[in-house]
Amino acid sequence: MQKIGVFVCWCGSNIAATVDVKKVAEVLKAEPGVVISENYQYMCSENGQALIRNAIKEHGLTGVVVCSCSPRMHEATFRKTCESAGLNPYMVEIANIREQCSWIHKDIEEATEKAIILGRSAIAKLKLNAPLTSGESAVVKRALVIGGGIAGIQSALDIAEAGFEVDIVEQSPTIGGNMAKLDKTFPTLDCAACILTPKMVDCAQNEKIDIMTFSEIESVKGFVGNFKVQIRRKARFVDEKKCTGCGECMQKCPSKKGLNDFNMGLNTRPAIYIPFAQAIPNVAIIDPEQCLKIKNGKCGLCAMKCNVNAIDYTQKDEIIEREYGAIVVATGYKPISLENFNEYGYSSYKDVVTSLELERLMNAAGPSDGHLVRPSDHKEPKVITFIQCVGSRDTSGCGKPYCSKICCMYTAKHAMLIREKYPDTEVHVFYIDVRTPGKNYDEFFRRAVEQYGVDYIKGMVGKVYEENGKLMVQGSDLINNEQVVIPSDLVVLAAAIEPNPSVRNIATMVTASIDTNNFLTEAHAKLRPVESPTAGIFLSGVCQGPKDIPETVSQASACAAKVIGLLAKDKLKCNACVSHSDEMLCTGCSVCANVCPYGAITYVDKEFRLGGGKTEVRRVATVNDAVCQGCGACTVACPSGAMDLKGFSNKQIMAEVDAICKR
Amino acid sequence: MEKNEIVRLVKERSGTDARKCMKCGKCSGRCPAYHDMDIKPHQFVSYIEKGEIDKLMQSKSLYTCLSCFACVERCPRGVAPANVIEAVRQEVIRQQGGNKIMAETVPSMIDETIPQQLLVSMFRKLNK
Ligand SMILES: Cc1cc2nc3c(=O)[nH]c(=O)nc-3n(C[C@H](O)[C@H](O)[C@H](O)COP(=O)(O)OP(=O)(O)OC[C@H]3O[C@@H](n4cnc5c(N)ncnc54)[C@H](O)[C@@H]3O)c2cc1C
Ligand code: SF4
Ligand code: SF4
Ligand code: SF4
Ligand code: SF4
Repeated sequence: MQKIGVFVCWCGSNIAATVDVKKVAEVLKAEPGVVISENYQYMCSENGQALIRNAIKEHGLTGVVVCSCSPRMHEATFRKTCESAGLNPYMVEIANIREQCSWIHKDIEEATEKAIILGRSAIAKLKLNAPLTSGESAVVKRALVIGGGIAGIQSALDIAEAGFEVDIVEQSPTIGGNMAKLDKTFPTLDCAACILTPKMVDCAQNEKIDIMTFSEIESVKGFVGNFKVQIRRKARFVDEKKCTGCGECMQKCPSKKGLNDFNMGLNTRPAIYIPFAQAIPNVAIIDPEQCLKIKNGKCGLCAMKCNVNAIDYTQKDEIIEREYGAIVVATGYKPISLENFNEYGYSSYKDVVTSLELERLMNAAGPSDGHLVRPSDHKEPKVITFIQCVGSRDTSGCGKPYCSKICCMYTAKHAMLIREKYPDTEVHVFYIDVRTPGKNYDEFFRRAVEQYGVDYIKGMVGKVYEENGKLMVQGSDLINNEQVVIPSDLVVLAAAIEPNPSVRNIATMVTASIDTNNFLTEAHAKLRPVESPTAGIFLSGVCQGPKDIPETVSQASACAAKVIGLLAKDKLKCNACVSHSDEMLCTGCSVCANVCPYGAITYVDKEFRLGGGKTEVRRVATVNDAVCQGCGACTVACPSGAMDLKGFSNKQIMAEVDAICKR
Repeated sequence: MEKNEIVRLVKERSGTDARKCMKCGKCSGRCPAYHDMDIKPHQFVSYIEKGEIDKLMQSKSLYTCLSCFACVERCPRGVAPANVIEAVRQEVIRQQGGNKIMAETVPSMIDETIPQQLLVSMFRKLNK
């Protein structure tokens, strides 16, 4: 017979206001096997825990039931308490009488009755608990960073700084991400390249960091501490090790009509190109769709021009496999497509541009060498109208329901930079709200109005149309209660941002969860904001939610700290609640291995004695304890009822159900 | 009928949730009849939410709205200002009780700023 101790928590008034905790403790004391039943204001406090420890020693308890908050909150706490008093931590059960009881009921009698039933059910389960010990697994001391924007770069630098190896896998031909495209950056207006490119160079020069650009994640297997990742290194048709980035090849390429992605398609580039002058790696790449040699065998000029023989028209994709202890997702964002917003004329008029396009138009390394001209006729615009919240805060289904967070600030930045450089330009901004919380942010925005004379109009634009060579921007001025029409030369749309679409695929591969907007979900919105709920997966940058650079960098470093904390361990405690198969029932049908997301199940041929000296060899499932995460998929899939989860066995769950149904 | 009840009915008939409005003014930024309205499309949404039905029932906008639904099309929050206008218009008409439009009275009412569409609407609603 077990000796069970029951401890009912008040949680201050959280539980005690709706549940008669004294009564619960009293009633549960009468349950067979219960030798002590107490109630206390805060079981999780030092005094509360001491109460449990003393009871274990005094009464020689073999099991403990804590009636308190959700096990997600304090199961680990109470397991540790019991372990320190010499009790196996898996001999602890939590009855959730807060989230599942006091918080959702109003009637004290009803809630008290339910709390008692939940307590009984935990006791019933505990009686079938067996002490469990968790195994250990080694930690591979290398991290993978997916995405080489400022988030990925910062995380990688910090992890490398702590002495661990890091690989950055970036899908585009260079690291740098969206920040590399920006001109000057709020709130201090330093140029993006001046602060970003030194970090990119640091990455390239750091011995601990291996940069794989133009590469994609092919598959991810394993678990925290032991991920096995396949990486596709896509053919760039230039040998990365040989190319010196001299650029001779680009000069001679006759196929010059490719859209320059880096300049948001605002100008063209040759078939062989380096994305921008400070690209890392500073290595050329050939666009096979555009290269005459690859398409129809005619040309080959670049190979002739290259002094170091770096060009290889026959290069193939290559798949490599590496092992990692931790994975950082830093896949960033892209501006949304504006196809649902014809009212702004983005696809009809060349001089309606997005803010990211404007960054390129203002950038000294951009298509117009930093001279702000309109795309249609390369003339200087005299009246520029900005529209904020384009596709943000939109619940109609055309755009995104959230605030993109960065556009109020960058629009103020654009307006100010333009008024500074071209003081005779008239600048209008249509806004719904101006959202500028943050250190020195509102001051920054007010400067645009007070110092630079930018005209902020409270209201949204209803349509943009062309008349006499002008873009007519018609919208509301809600403060003056007017409908206004502003004849403009250039219209700039602060388009909403969304997570990079490839993140869905990545999330599936690493079994991280994403929300309805495709942002990665954090383990706890407040207390664990840089970890995914999946152990070993960490979140860095805009892939987790809209952010500007200062916030991205803070998060990236926080994320690195978590990764370092993990990689610094030599061994990880495995989950003790693992699956195991009853070999007498298993028919070796392979169903379980098919459903196991961690690849924990293999099959062995085993000899069984049949009696009378006869034996039989059968194929049976075995679970690798170090790999199994205890998700339980196999236990429900198994047609023979052979698979069972330690700590959550079918018998235990049935015992709980019985206890609940019994009156 | 009590005022609150009218407000409730108008809200219900409009089938739109005025609380979803974020006061961006895009509806009024697009409305082609804006300059002929005393109360603007976005104001219909905020007045009904505040229960200011009397002002709305007296508004000339009830008869200058073109029923073009541009405001509904543009609203980023899925609010339908035109539906609120239409629901108020219906309420005005219902309160007139037994109100009918006779073809012979039309010439006296007509003025060239009234869109043809409105006449058609009026007949469909009031000639039954
Ligand atoms: C117009 C505009 C102006 C801005 N101005 C400012 C400013 O002045 N100041 C400021 O603080 N912030 C500004 N921002 C915000 C800033 O751009 C972001 O905060 C920052 O770039 C976020 O960095 P990130 O690394 O999270 O994402 P990103 O820069 O998007 O980087 C993500 C990287 O991951 C790669 N990637 C994506 N998916 C995969 C995959 N599946 N596999 C491999 N690689 C992948 C991408 O190619 C990219 O290189 C501005 C944004 C815009 C749109
Ligand atoms: S940051 Fe400003 S412009 Fe961007 S969505 Fe939010 S409120 Fe709109
Ligand atoms: S599903 Fe069940 S019966 Fe089939 S192999 Fe797995 S454990 Fe054996
Ligand atoms: S339906 Fe009426 S209120 Fe709405 S845009 Fe058309 S005219 Fe204006
Ligand atoms: S467009 Fe929609 S959200 Fe904006 S003011 Fe009009 S009704 Fe409100």
